[in-house]
Amino acid sequence: MSATHPGYYIPHDTRWPIMGSIGLFALLGGFAMLLNGSSSAPVVMIIGTLILVVMIIGWFGTVIKESESGFYNDQVDISFRHGMIWFIFSEVLFFAAFFGALFYARIYSVPWLGGEGSVGATTGPLLWPGFEGIWPTNGPAEIGGAFGTIPAVGIPLLNTIILITSGATVTLAHWALKKNQRKPLCWWLLATVLLGLVFLYFQGVEFAHAYNDLNLTLESGIYGSTFFMLTGFHGLHVTIGAIMLLVMLLRAMRGHFTPERHFAFEAAAWYWHFVDVVWIGLFIFVYWF
Amino acid sequence: MSANQAHAHAADSIAEHDHHGPPPGLLRWVFTTNHKDIGTLYLWFALIMFFVGGALALGIRAELFKPGLQLLDPHLFNQFTTMHALIMIFGAVMPAFVGFANWLVPMMIGAPDMALPRMNNWSFWILPFAFTLLLATFFMPGGAPAGGWTMYPPLVLQGGSNVAFLIFAVHMMGISSIMGAINVIVTILNMRAPGMTLLRMPLFVWSWLITAFLLIAAMPVLAGAVTMLLTDKFFGTSFFNAAGGGDPVMFQHIFWFFGHPEVYIMILPAFGIISQIIPTFSRKPLFGYESMVYATASIAFISFIVWAHHMFTVGMPLTGELFFMYTTMLIAVPTGVKVFNWMATMWRGSMTFETPMLWAIAFVVLFTIGGFSGLMLAITPVDFQYHDTYFVVAHFHYVLVTGAVFAIIAGAYYWLPKWTGHNYDETLGKWHFWLSTISVNVLFFPQHFLGLAGMPRRIPDYALQFADWNMVSSVGAFVFGFSQLLFVYIVVQTIRGGKKATDQVWEGAEGLEWTLASPAPYHTFEQPPSIKEDSAHPGTPLPAH
Repeated sequence: MSATHPGYYIPHDTRWPIMGSIGLFALLGGFAMLLNGSSSAPVVMIIGTLILVVMIIGWFGTVIKESESGFYNDQVDISFRHGMIWFIFSEVLFFAAFFGALFYARIYSVPWLGGEGSVGATTGPLLWPGFEGIWPTNGPAEIGGAFGTIPAVGIPLLNTIILITSGATVTLAHWALKKNQRKPLCWWLLATVLLGLVFLYFQGVEFAHAYNDLNLTLESGIYGSTFFMLTGFHGLHVTIGAIMLLVMLLRAMRGHFTPERHFAFEAAAWYWHFVDVVWIGLFIFVYWF
Repeated sequence: MSANQAHAHAADSIAEHDHHGPPPGLLRWVFTTNHKDIGTLYLWFALIMFFVGGALALGIRAELFKPGLQLLDPHLFNQFTTMHALIMIFGAVMPAFVGFANWLVPMMIGAPDMALPRMNNWSFWILPFAFTLLLATFFMPGGAPAGGWTMYPPLVLQGGSNVAFLIFAVHMMGISSIMGAINVIVTILNMRAPGMTLLRMPLFVWSWLITAFLLIAAMPVLAGAVTMLLTDKFFGTSFFNAAGGGDPVMFQHIFWFFGHPEVYIMILPAFGIISQIIPTFSRKPLFGYESMVYATASIAFISFIVWAHHMFTVGMPLTGELFFMYTTMLIAVPTGVKVFNWMATMWRGSMTFETPMLWAIAFVVLFTIGGFSGLMLAITPVDFQYHDTYFVVAHFHYVLVTGAVFAIIAGAYYWLPKWTGHNYDETLGKWHFWLSTISVNVLFFPQHFLGLAGMPRRIPDYALQFADWNMVSSVGAFVFGFSQLLFVYIVVQTIRGGKKATDQVWEGAEGLEWTLASPAPYHTFEQPPSIKEDSAHPGTPLPAH
């Protein structure tokens, strides 16, 4: 039960959020301009990105300084923990939308287009005679042309092993931290970050292979759409997680964290495990079945 | 131990700020981390957006005053309907409730502020930028989004320059809502004063705890849906393109998986406000406190399994139609529990009818009308007649205007003395109430008739047989719209002066916020109050003195 308020640190006056809003506004507004063909859009986007980067470094820097100065009592720590858990929960739901699209296409819309069921029987043969609703598909119009798929055994399986291993190494780092063994902490963290980078490298190789050799692109109908959006967003999250862990490594090397208090480390580790679990879902439903 | 010193230092630095009021100057509002300041920002933002969206609504009603095209060309009319909805939902109703949450949740649970004050600032300050992106589309080639707020493809993707701006604006609103919701949950779960157990929390706090959960679960799904729109339009994906194996109907499923919880996001906090007001002016504790909590949670849960009732006519297997019909009707059970509990609270109470109570009673009656028309719409075969007619428009305006907006206004009158330290002008408040309540029914009730007679929604022109009721409806709209200027006058007048409010403000008011001075000091509950349960009044904790 939450014990006390006295000493609950409440910051006064902060410049970071308004900076974040301006940065986000420039980045997304600039992106929208770019998509509408504006030539000045890249400049606006770069300015927005720079503002966001300064904001993120400044904001987290402030929080780290306050944390290291001991401003945060246990109740503040719990607030951060709850906040991170619910943030990850929101990320899960974001991926759920894309998994939902995958399942909907595979279970309903593609078979219906092929004439299955009461919905498909009345429309499918009339609109797309001769189309067989079999996964993988780029639809009755064969958008993007014939394509090949990536077999699960190969890079995806290798990447699964890499990511699960990295989940183990980050846990070993955590155990080391709890025993106050600083050196193993740093080494295991470094190993985790490197495994993450290797994962990303292989993912890049796989994407290049898909584009160059298999004609599997983002434009390969519903298969290409779900494949690249799911794996692409996952890769983005691996990148974010790796950056978070890298920051934890740098902080660990500077002597931050104690065996009792290391919320930031745990948050990054939770995030890493979340990315891990999403990958397992991807491996099973995108690559395997 | 250095940690102890640091701890003491932290306590010092807080103590330094203890007796400070807000810093001077306009930048205070930009940099503030104070939950009361941020609550005020949300409420003013919502009020401004209410008038922007209202102006668009009056444009719509002016065009529909008589048959034929007179003021707006059809494309501009479609822009007005689309933007009216987006602004009212994401700019007015949702921020208004977040404003209430910011102001009241910490004071009601005895917390010094929201749990994550910097993020609280960001949650608000994303909104003006998001709406700048959205409103700017009016001035772009092709104009503002005109495919309806539901953004159905392929129509929405034919929108010209506005598509990307619309999508990114929605992304920003989503980020804002998710951060706001995280803050509310963390505050309620972690910042309660000792003794403020979950089942002693005021019902407004409970309703927001559940709403925040809905927000965190629903908004990311919307983000996913609009991201798919973006890639379908600009990056060649085929999520909603049948030629590529996708399905436009898939968008509707994903959208309404967000959209139906969204409906409850906009009404559960209203339930919370009404559950605070009715006991006060009935001078009785809320009837069935725990059943209210369970009913709210049940509504939230069921809201995730009813989404396809928005899509009965789109072409679904029969099992789907039946499933979503039954689950939708199921929602009437917990909602009925709430309505009966409010009535039972008033039953044999020493009732008085100050302005907040008038709005609250009107809420119970008129929201229930909206609920009943919702039940009619839930019946699949019947919905085939009603779908996309003015009956639907009448239904959701009864739940959103006489439901959500009435609760917001009721809450504003109820807590205005606590916020400003002054009593509002009761006579003017009653004038505002009667003008609004009569005109809003003149505005929306005839729309039921229009819909049953077959008038489709989202059209700038209509057949002659619909002329009379449309004229009546438009007259009601203008009276209702201009009546709200009276509200602004009353609020400004109350801020600037008026009779000094007592701490308790209302004779029957119970709860921690009424133990504070009026106006509430800039910082409150830095020392947590201790709560002992008043067994006769569950849900209305009394501070132990």
